[in-house]
Amino acid sequence: MNAAAAMIRTEQLTKRFGDMTALNQVEIAIPERATTVIMGGSGSGKTTLLRLISGLEPPSSGAIYFEGADLARISRRELYRLRMKMGMVFQYSALLNSLTVEENIAFPLQEHTALDARVIRTMVTMKLEQVGLRGFEHLMPSELSGGMAKRVAFARALAMDPKVVFFDEPTSGLDPISAGVITDLIRNLTQLTHMTSIVVTHDVHAGLAIADHVILLWQGEVIAAGTPESVRNSDDARIVQFIEGRPDGPIPFSRSDTSYMDDLLAREVIA
Amino acid sequence: MNGALNLCGALGRWLLGATERVGDGAVLSCRALSGLLILPWQGRQFVLQLYAIGVGSLVIIAITGAFTGMVLALQGYYSLAKFGSESLLGSVVALSIIRELGPVLAALMMTGRAGSSITAEIGIMRVTEQLDALEMMAVNPVRQVILPRIVATLLALPLLVALFDVVGLAAGYVVGVDLLGVNAGSYVGETIDKVTMHDLTTGWVKSFCFAVLLGCIATLMGYRAVPTTEGVAQATTRAVVVTSVAILIADYIITSFFL
Repeated sequence: MNAAAAMIRTEQLTKRFGDMTALNQVEIAIPERATTVIMGGSGSGKTTLLRLISGLEPPSSGAIYFEGADLARISRRELYRLRMKMGMVFQYSALLNSLTVEENIAFPLQEHTALDARVIRTMVTMKLEQVGLRGFEHLMPSELSGGMAKRVAFARALAMDPKVVFFDEPTSGLDPISAGVITDLIRNLTQLTHMTSIVVTHDVHAGLAIADHVILLWQGEVIAAGTPESVRNSDDARIVQFIEGRPDGPIPFSRSDTSYMDDLLAREVIA
Repeated sequence: MNGALNLCGALGRWLLGATERVGDGAVLSCRALSGLLILPWQGRQFVLQLYAIGVGSLVIIAITGAFTGMVLALQGYYSLAKFGSESLLGSVVALSIIRELGPVLAALMMTGRAGSSITAEIGIMRVTEQLDALEMMAVNPVRQVILPRIVATLLALPLLVALFDVVGLAAGYVVGVDLLGVNAGSYVGETIDKVTMHDLTTGWVKSFCFAVLLGCIATLMGYRAVPTTEGVAQATTRAVVVTSVAILIADYIITSFFL
């Protein structure tokens, strides 16, 4: 992939929380009009990476280029202008709970366009049809199941016809059927609308199935980037362990770094 | 020696932290209120909040006002009777309520009722990533969430204080005149004679200042809540405690200016 086709690119991206380094010198390039899946275990820094490349959090150092503009250095106004081209589906949907399904999807349109209420209504109906929830306009977010809420969140993210849509753990917490529906929606709508999808997940099967491009994170660093085949066929023991889901390997089962025997013998008696 | 040093260090850290929070609050409040200069306002949100904060508090404020007026009349009668000046009861009740108890008690009741729910609601919006979702939709959460709540508080609290005053005065009259037998003419006459515009202004200034404190502290605590269950619980408690203390301190300062 050449650099020109990269929608989002990072350079030496580092994020620290106190003494903890969540991301260390990460360099990724996300191709345009394709689905990029960022995978990694819990605590690998994948959600942090998503928050950085969407501009929700500033990096400690390094640069994030979105269409050539460095998200860390532009003004709030400029960032909001770029956000019109972004959509995000949050892990827990993050629908505004004081608004109905219809109002949630219409919200970005009402905020940013001068469209007539009837036009907005038509657009909401179209978006709901795309995610298969037409007829559920008047429900409140609290009345939706997790899978339905996520579909509504998907429709809301599509409302402004964004160029890039971010998905944070789109299948976690869903039953297999709902998860399959969401994965299918991501794949089909990415192809249909020529958008760029960025999916953060620890679900290896779903991730590899929809990916055009895979980025694998381990302890805040990129250990693999390429096509699903190249990642699946990798010899790197860390990658193999993650793909096959083995409990022990280069990523050890035990996270303790002291001797078990020492701990058992030396521990002071709890009064 | 070491203990003293640690104490100094802890005190210093606490002071630095407190200064940082107050500064952060001031900056955030200014950012929110600067949204008033930009059209369109979040009209719908503002009306919803005004309803929740204002209309939802009518009954509790009326009850508090009634019993405050009643107990003031009882207590005032008891004290005044010792000097044989029961006829002054009307002015004592009116001045206490209008200058002091109306603004303070209404603001404290509102802190418990509306302030806590504002903090909890915004805190939960933080936990459930609704604030991040607004950001991602290029909608400034400070303007969308914080501003309408502060403005609604600014409008609602002075009106609720006015309600408190009216109900309190009426209840005081009932207890003073009908139950304790103070002459109705002297009760009303004293009230009209002794309450000046200056006293009303004092009450109004107080209620407005308390509304600024309540609105800004409650929204800030929610906005900056640690995004966990305990974080929101702590933020809610802190919002109520800090607002209540701030109101009582501000009350002393304002009273000293308006003597």
